[in-house]
This record gives sequence, C-alpha cells and structure tokens, in this order.
Amino acid sequence: MSLRIVVTVKYVPDATGDRHFADDLTVDRDDVDGLLSELDEYAVEQALQISENSDDDVEVTVLTVGPEDAKDALRKALSMGADKAIHVEDDDLHGTDVMGTSLVLAKAIEKAGFDLVISGMASTDGTAGVIPALLAERLGVPQVTLLSEVSVEDGTVKGRRDGDAASEQLEAALPAVVSVTDQSGEARYPSFKGIMAAKKKPVESWDLSDLDIEAEEVGLEGAWTKVEAAAERPARTAGTIVKDEGEGGKQLAEFLAGQKFI
Amino acid sequence: MAEVLVYVDHVDGAVRKPTLELLTLARRVGEPVAVALGKGAADTAATLAEHGATRVLTHDAAEYADYLVVPKVDALQAAYEAVSPAAVLVPSSAEGKEIAARLALRIGSGIITDAVDLEAGDEGPVATQSVFAASFTTKSRVSKGTPVITVKPNSAAVEAAPAAGAVEALSVTFSDQATGTKVTGRTARESTGRPELTEAAIVVSGGRGVNGAENFGIIEALADSLGAAVGASRAAVDAGWYPHTNQVGQTGKSVSPQLYIANGISGAIQHRAGMQTSKTIVAINKDAEAPIFDLVDYGVVGDLFDVVPQLTEEIKTRKG
Ligand SMILES: Cc1cc2nc3c(=O)[nH]c(=O)nc-3n(C[C@H](O)[C@H](O)[C@H](O)COP(=O)(O)OP(=O)(O)OC[C@H]3O[C@@H](n4cnc5c(N)ncnc54)[C@H](O)[C@@H]3O)c2cc1C
Ligand SMILES: Cc1cc2nc3c(=O)[nH]c(=O)nc-3n(C[C@H](O)[C@H](O)[C@H](O)COP(=O)(O)OP(=O)(O)OC[C@H]3O[C@@H](n4cnc5c(N)ncnc54)[C@H](O)[C@@H]3O)c2cc1C
Repeated sequence: MSLRIVVTVKYVPDATGDRHFADDLTVDRDDVDGLLSELDEYAVEQALQISENSDDDVEVTVLTVGPEDAKDALRKALSMGADKAIHVEDDDLHGTDVMGTSLVLAKAIEKAGFDLVISGMASTDGTAGVIPALLAERLGVPQVTLLSEVSVEDGTVKGRRDGDAASEQLEAALPAVVSVTDQSGEARYPSFKGIMAAKKKPVESWDLSDLDIEAEEVGLEGAWTKVEAAAERPARTAGTIVKDEGEGGKQLAEFLAGQKFI
Repeated sequence: MAEVLVYVDHVDGAVRKPTLELLTLARRVGEPVAVALGKGAADTAATLAEHGATRVLTHDAAEYADYLVVPKVDALQAAYEAVSPAAVLVPSSAEGKEIAARLALRIGSGIITDAVDLEAGDEGPVATQSVFAASFTTKSRVSKGTPVITVKPNSAAVEAAPAAGAVEALSVTFSDQATGTKVTGRTARESTGRPELTEAAIVVSGGRGVNGAENFGIIEALADSLGAAVGASRAAVDAGWYPHTNQVGQTGKSVSPQLYIANGISGAIQHRAGMQTSKTIVAINKDAEAPIFDLVDYGVVGDLFDVVPQLTEEIKTRKG
C-alpha cells in the first residue's frame, strides 16, 4: 500500500514586515521578505507525522502556486522532511483570487496524484481560510477541515474540529482534503541534515499550459472579485500613558468612566 | 426591490447576534430573505422578522448535524435557486466561510471574505475589508456572478425593523458529497455565562503576564465587573491557562468590541491582527516599551497584580 500526500504551502510576505499594496492593488511582494506561511508549517508537520506513524509507503509532496521566490517556501518544507516539491509558476498568475488559486491548486493536485491533501487553516496574508473547502469541492472529495488532531488509518482520516459551540470528531474515507490548525502540534525545525538533504530533492516546475488552464481563467483579469481601493489605516493618535504609582487602577477607572464604560 | 439571502447562524433556534447584524447590512442592498437550517430552524422566524427578514426559508434534517458542511451548502444552493437573489450574505465564522466559498464556486460567483462593512454600489455591493493585521482598509466587490460575501461579527449595529418574516419550507435534495464527512462525536462546550467573545461589547484579555491558570481569576473578576467576555493571548493558551476558544488573534478569534483591555500582553502582530479594530484600546503592562502601548487610548505601565484588582474594586464601587 502506498499513500500519496500533497501539502499545499503558500509563500507570503513576512507578517512582521511593513506590508502594503502595489499600484495595481495587488500585494506588493518586492518590499517585504517572503517566507513559508507559518500556518502551513503545521500542515507539513502533520504530513510528516502521518508518514512516520504509517506502515505504508508514504510520499509527501509539497505544492505551491507563486512567483519565482516561492521556491524558498518549498525548500523550507523539503528541509523539514517532505520528499519532493511542485512549483506552479506563471506570469499570468499575478493577481489571482481564491477561485483562481483553488483552480490551479486542484489541477496541480490531480496531475500529481493524491490520496490526501493537507492544507493550513489559513494563509497569513489573504487569511481567507477557504482554499481547503474549495479544493474539496473542486476535487469532489470529503473536506475534513480545521483539525486540531489528525490521524490516518486503513484508508480513513479522522480528526477533531474545535468549534465555538462544540468540539466534533470527524471521519472520512480517503481521498480527502484536510486542513489543520496551529493547535495540531508544534512544527519541527529543519535539522542541518534536513537542510543539506533538501538541496538534492526534486522540485518540479509547472506553468499554466502544463495544467490546461487558460490565462483568462486566472490573474487579475480572470479574477471574480475586484479590489477597488486600498488605504493605510491612519495611525492611532497617541494615547495617554500613565505609570502606576499606587493609583493606576483608579486612574484607569476614571478614564473608563469618562468614556461611559462604567 | 431585489432580494438578498442571509444565512442564519443559530443554536437550536436562538439566533446569534452576527446574523442580526447581517440583516441590518442586507437591508442596504435589498430585501433580506433568511435561510435557517437544522434543529429549531423554524423557531428563528420571530426574531428574524423583528430585524427585517421578509421571508424565512427553513429546513431540518438529520444530515445537518451528522455530516460536515456540505449538507448546508446543498441547502443554501437550493435557496439560491429558489430566490435568485442579488447577493448572498453569510456570517464569517469558520464554518460560514466554508459554506459560502463552496456555494460561490457552485454558482460561478466570486467571494469576498471577512467584510467589516457593506454599501450598495453602482456595480453591486461594495465590501470593506480590514487586512494585513488591520493596518490597511480595502474596498472590493464581486465582479462575476452573484456576490457572495461573508461578514465579520460587530460590523454593524443591530437594528429592529419589523417585516413579515413569513416562514416557508425549503425543499432540499442532498448531493452525493453531502455524507462524505461524518460527525462521529460531539462534545458541547460548557457555557460560562459570560458574553460570546466575538459578540461582546467589552473584552478583557490576559497574556503571559498573568503567569498561571490560577491567576486568570483576577482577569475574570475584572471582566465580570464590566459584563465583558474574557480573551487570552496565544502564549496564555499554549501554556494551558485558558481554553483555545478564547484566543484572540490571527489563529484565534478576531474581536472588534467597543472596549478591549489587554493585561500582560505584549502586542505581537499576530495578537494585534485579532483586536486592532477595537474602538477603544486599553493596556496594562509592566514594560513601558511593550508594542501594545503603540495602539492604546489609555495605558498603565505597572504590575497587573496591583492594577487589575484595584481597577475591579473601583468599578464595583462606582457601579454601586
Ligand atoms: C488582504 C487580502 C485579502 C484578500 N481577499 C480576497 C477575497 O476576499 N476574495 C478573493 O477571492 N481573494 C482574496 N484575496 C486573494 C487570495 O488571498 C489569494 O487568491 C490567495 O492565493 C488564496 O487565498 P488565501 O491566501 O486567503 O488562502 P487561505 O484560504 O487562507 O489558505 C488556506 C490554505 O490554502 C493553501 N494555499 C492558499 N494559497 C496557496 C498558494 N498560492 N499555494 C499553495 N497553497 C496555498 C495553504 O495551505 C493555506 O494555508 C485576498 C488577498 C489578500 C492579500
Ligand atoms: C502563525 C502564528 C499565529 C499566531 N497566532 C496568535 C494569535 O492568534 N493570538 C496571539 O495572541 N498570538 C498569536 N501568535 C503568537 C504571538 O506571536 C505572540 O507570541 C503572543 O501573542 C505573545 O503572547 P503574550 O503577549 O501574552 O506574551 P509575551 O509576548 O511574552 O508578553 C507578555 C507581556 O506581559 C508583560 N508582563 C509580564 N508580567 C507582567 C505583570 N506582572 N504585569 C503586567 N505585565 C506583565 C510583559 O512585559 C510582556 O509584555 C501567533 C504566532 C504565530 C507564529
């Protein structure tokens, strides 16, 4: 038996950098360093754990859709322990929305072949949190999403989804799409050996024609949504800051009363 | 006037506040038609009618509780086909976004997630999003198909606007995918009696500075003196001091209350992502250099173990 896992990983601008928009209202990727979206590290981690806990022959492929630099995200995932990588890169992808992104990912996943897709719960830039559900819809397989615990056994994926009102136990037959939260378990750091090994692992590059996707279906032109304006939020005006010298709580109460909160 | 579908988030017939907010926003772009599914669906009608729903489409079946997400997508699609609405609005809960996205794909429409405001525009509804940890505000619209928009809690005031709220049974045929993901067990969360985090007007949060689960009592006491919800930073949650469902931030809840009080929280970007749109921000932190102070309307540099109990006492005294 063998199990093919495809982990979707996004290359995003560093959230601690000064992120902003370019003139065409897409994300400006030149001014801020990019990295593997932190939440996708949890997805890679779960794929590796499923692989380590399995008696089957498991192959973990990491997949990204993004510009040239997005290879950095793939390298990071490979150095954590993934077996191989696929990079979908095409100039026509610039400005793609969630519908276009999910189309490209779904076509690439089908081409790669899969039993299980593992995604992060959300990217750290767009943060929509909808790509995993869209992949399940497009691939016609069950979605087992937002898991804080996941396991695979005998062709079945099981997991725990912690919602607002309840915590649910879920179960679906493979093939399936899973997404994991940051409660699923710390992601490992790449070891030196992992980093060296990653350099030798295969990275395949596909463009839109490899996936039978027309340029008009993706990119800014093909997007089903349109950003009309983006404005930086005005900096908050400097607030009042007091040092507690025994009356800090009372002073704060005075402020809250002045604002009619008490 | 065009009709707008509003997906109802309810617990056994009790409508949650974000849905009532959606009805306010929906009236700006058309006549709200509500879709309520599952146990107690029909019991939502009176509340929805008071807040502007002209019609309430309801359906209950075991599938909604026994399988994940897809049965609800099938039902919302049935409602979409029956109504041919000008837009579809769904609360931005984790599940709400998944339902909305799958519906949008099926009906060939774009989707905007996590809107914080909505206006009618010449080319359809224009949604405001607060992005990049709330450091930017964007305006977007759906350019293909029927706009599907998910809206964050606390994005509009709840307004009473009595309407007919006529209950109609929705006819739903489940798809082959509906039974793909089984819910094999469910543990309900215990109610704390405090307001729901995302819906609360005031949120009092504790971070690593609270230094232990046992000390969260002083955070809860402050919250209770203000009728507030309790939040926590990820550091506090990861340490096991408070449940993950109370986490505020990028991977927790995003809150937008009238007042946010951060206690012993440094203000990392991932925490700010979840609270930066709060109207008034207050922080208590012993480090004058903590980044949270860049955001505050009022900050106290001090030990929270001194400041918080004094504040709680003072509030109680003032409230009498
Ligand atoms: C601030 C902002 C707001 C946006 N709002 C919208 C909107 O309202 N509607 C809309 O249609 N588009 C929107 N977009 C565009 C959208 O973010 C991109 O199309 C994006 O590539 C997919 O969505 P996401 O990043 O939100 O992913 P999410 O749905 O949050 O991602 C979940 C998971 O999907 C996988 N994944 C996502 N993207 C990729 C990728 N490129 N390669 C590999 N794996 C991936 C990862 O595993 C990730 O953890 C927005 C973008 C930005 C920057
Ligand atoms: C992918 C990702 C997602 C994340 N998502 C989230 C998220 O959703 N929410 C979130 O909160 N974080 C999130 N984080 C973590 C975030 O980066 C920070 O680590 C976290 O917010 C820090 O929590 P803190 O402020 O409580 O702790 P610290 O940063 O350790 O700050 C503690 C503060 O308490 C103060 N303090 C200590 N003792 C006292 C005292 N007696 N009185 C007063 N003040 C005191 C200190 O001065 C300090 O400023 C995420 C990180 C990653 C990588």
